[in-house]
Amino acid sequence: MGERGVRSDASALLSREQLLDLYRWMRLTRTLEERLVALYRQTKVVGGLFRSLGQEADSVGSAYALERRDILSPLIRNLGSMLVKGATPVEILKQYMAKADSPTRGRELNIHFGDTERGFIGQISPLGDMVCVMAGVTLTFKIRHEDRVGLVYVGDGATSTGAFHEGINFAAVQRCPLVVVVENNGYAYSTPVSRQTAAKQFVDKAIGYGIPGEQADGNDVLAVYDVTKRAVDRARRGDGVSLIELMTYRRKGHAEHDNQSYVPDGEIERWERENDPITRYVARLTGEFGFMSGDIEGVDERVRRVVDDATDVAERSELPQALDALVGVYADPPAARPLWFREGSSGVVDVHERADGWGTFKTSNETH
Amino acid sequence: MAEVTYLEAIREALFEEMERDVNVMCLGEDIGAYGGAFKVTDGLLDKFGETRVIDSPISEIAIVGAAAGAAHMGMRPVVEMQFIDFVANAYDMLTNYVATARYRAMLPCPMVVRGPSGGYVRGGPFHSQNPEAGFVHTPGLKVVYPSTADDAKGLMKAAIRDEDCVLFFEHKYLYRRVKAEMPAGDHVVPIGKARLAREGRDLSIITYAATVWKSLEAAEQLEKEDGLSVEILDLRSLAPLDDEAIQATVRKTNRALIVHEDTRTGGLAGEITARINESSFAWLDAPVLRVTAHDVPLPYAPSLEDYVLPQVADIVRAARTLAAY
Repeated sequence: MGERGVRSDASALLSREQLLDLYRWMRLTRTLEERLVALYRQTKVVGGLFRSLGQEADSVGSAYALERRDILSPLIRNLGSMLVKGATPVEILKQYMAKADSPTRGRELNIHFGDTERGFIGQISPLGDMVCVMAGVTLTFKIRHEDRVGLVYVGDGATSTGAFHEGINFAAVQRCPLVVVVENNGYAYSTPVSRQTAAKQFVDKAIGYGIPGEQADGNDVLAVYDVTKRAVDRARRGDGVSLIELMTYRRKGHAEHDNQSYVPDGEIERWERENDPITRYVARLTGEFGFMSGDIEGVDERVRRVVDDATDVAERSELPQALDALVGVYADPPAARPLWFREGSSGVVDVHERADGWGTFKTSNETH
Repeated sequence: MAEVTYLEAIREALFEEMERDVNVMCLGEDIGAYGGAFKVTDGLLDKFGETRVIDSPISEIAIVGAAAGAAHMGMRPVVEMQFIDFVANAYDMLTNYVATARYRAMLPCPMVVRGPSGGYVRGGPFHSQNPEAGFVHTPGLKVVYPSTADDAKGLMKAAIRDEDCVLFFEHKYLYRRVKAEMPAGDHVVPIGKARLAREGRDLSIITYAATVWKSLEAAEQLEKEDGLSVEILDLRSLAPLDDEAIQATVRKTNRALIVHEDTRTGGLAGEITARINESSFAWLDAPVLRVTAHDVPLPYAPSLEDYVLPQVADIVRAARTLAAY
């Protein structure tokens, strides 16, 4: 939809404070993840660790295009989106460390959590499912004539699922106020895009659903903001679903354990050298937008303090009490009962005397 | 008051709940303008309009997922599977997403997934299934399967009002074959409570859905021909199971026969047998026996389907075996 240069971009209306805000969210995302790496190496992270290194702009720029009342559904590499929507560093750290007072009380891993009040709904691991769920969330906005929009992220891999297809098609037919963001970061675990689809580009899929599609540079935070804002505005006007493809690159493995042996030599280094979203944005901030390097360093310093403080708080929290595992599967009953072999000493072995025959069994080979 | 069929009873419940609560909505394939493949939702579109009665594409994953999203936002969606066999398409969404939502994310998911189920109708492999066991096995879901018209209405109203997801199995053989007078007023049957369908002294049949009626027929025959007094417990709710009612009948008659239309291996009869062993072994005068379908996909030809599914004669034979212990 090559209208670039013709239309007036929404980012041109961002205040200087907002421009620096975008930087702050990207920096917080990266610094927080770096802290998580340190905690992971100290074995304080209970499960796996998932990085969004090199993808901070696509999360932050897209989430920034939403209003407070809007709802998004993040993926494993959308820490930045969640932070923009109000998730706090201490919540993220507690969640990774499986603490009792983490958002999911130790039930779920990493950034799989949500808060409908703040406007984000946690994903589950089966990919594509959240497109259907967000279709229902935004269907409700439409039914109730609420001035709210939803945004759902999928990776290049999730576009191959049935849930993606059914969800986007359903939402398109119902003209739900939904923005579907395909983050094309090159790999689904180890599988490159060339093994995921025969389509030339994911944005082409929009045609099949009868919705507009637009592709943007996912490592240019302002371009991401602009393309998302256009789709959000359309949804808010009642014009239904849009599909956005953000071109980015996953510089770390699927998770921290993944050695990325499947990546061609030099590819990661080239992206790091030539197309780091934070480096690129800092150059624009200090160049065309006239910020001083002190402004940038000030943000870095504040972010570091926030993450340090959050780490101290999170580390002090306790692991959950075991019995909490049985609470809250249903509203009614509020808790499951412990199984008898976990209850006091009511087991048969505890209350019956040992039979005389116990311990006297011999196999036929054992002779005296 | 005039009698209504099992199918009309479900429709009455939907009408009443949609009138009572503006958040109740229906979602499914061909449910609006056409009124549903079995006409359960007939008339809903005219009365409540197309924002609350939504004809969907053929997308079980999407409609179950969208119902979950709407439920998070405070709606009370009722999703129709055109045939319950197709709920398999939404198995991931129900078991991975919906069933875990409250536990892992403190996200309420009050919704109903309902649909015509069961055999004895020459429907073949994809219009006859009883897939309840897989959902009973999933923590976070509730499952009901009524056998009478008044329970169909009362349980549907309870399901719509429940704070969690309820799978509501409707037996299509019973849709137009059983009738009842509807109790006056706001008739709600609590989920998790079994119903004593017949009182007896000599042995207990524990069953649900269409085989409640087969068991009643068998009980009449056993009384007439053998002088046996058979008690029949209609479970109604499969998750949660009414352990108290199961224990009470087993401890009363000391002999238990479990009857269901679902296939044998991994079917609910195994679970109920285990619970009886754990809770009431000392009361048993005979091993717990089961009458179930054979472990094959359900075939189409009458001679084949009748052979695979439990019949009255099978129940009679099993009850005699049990009584003879």
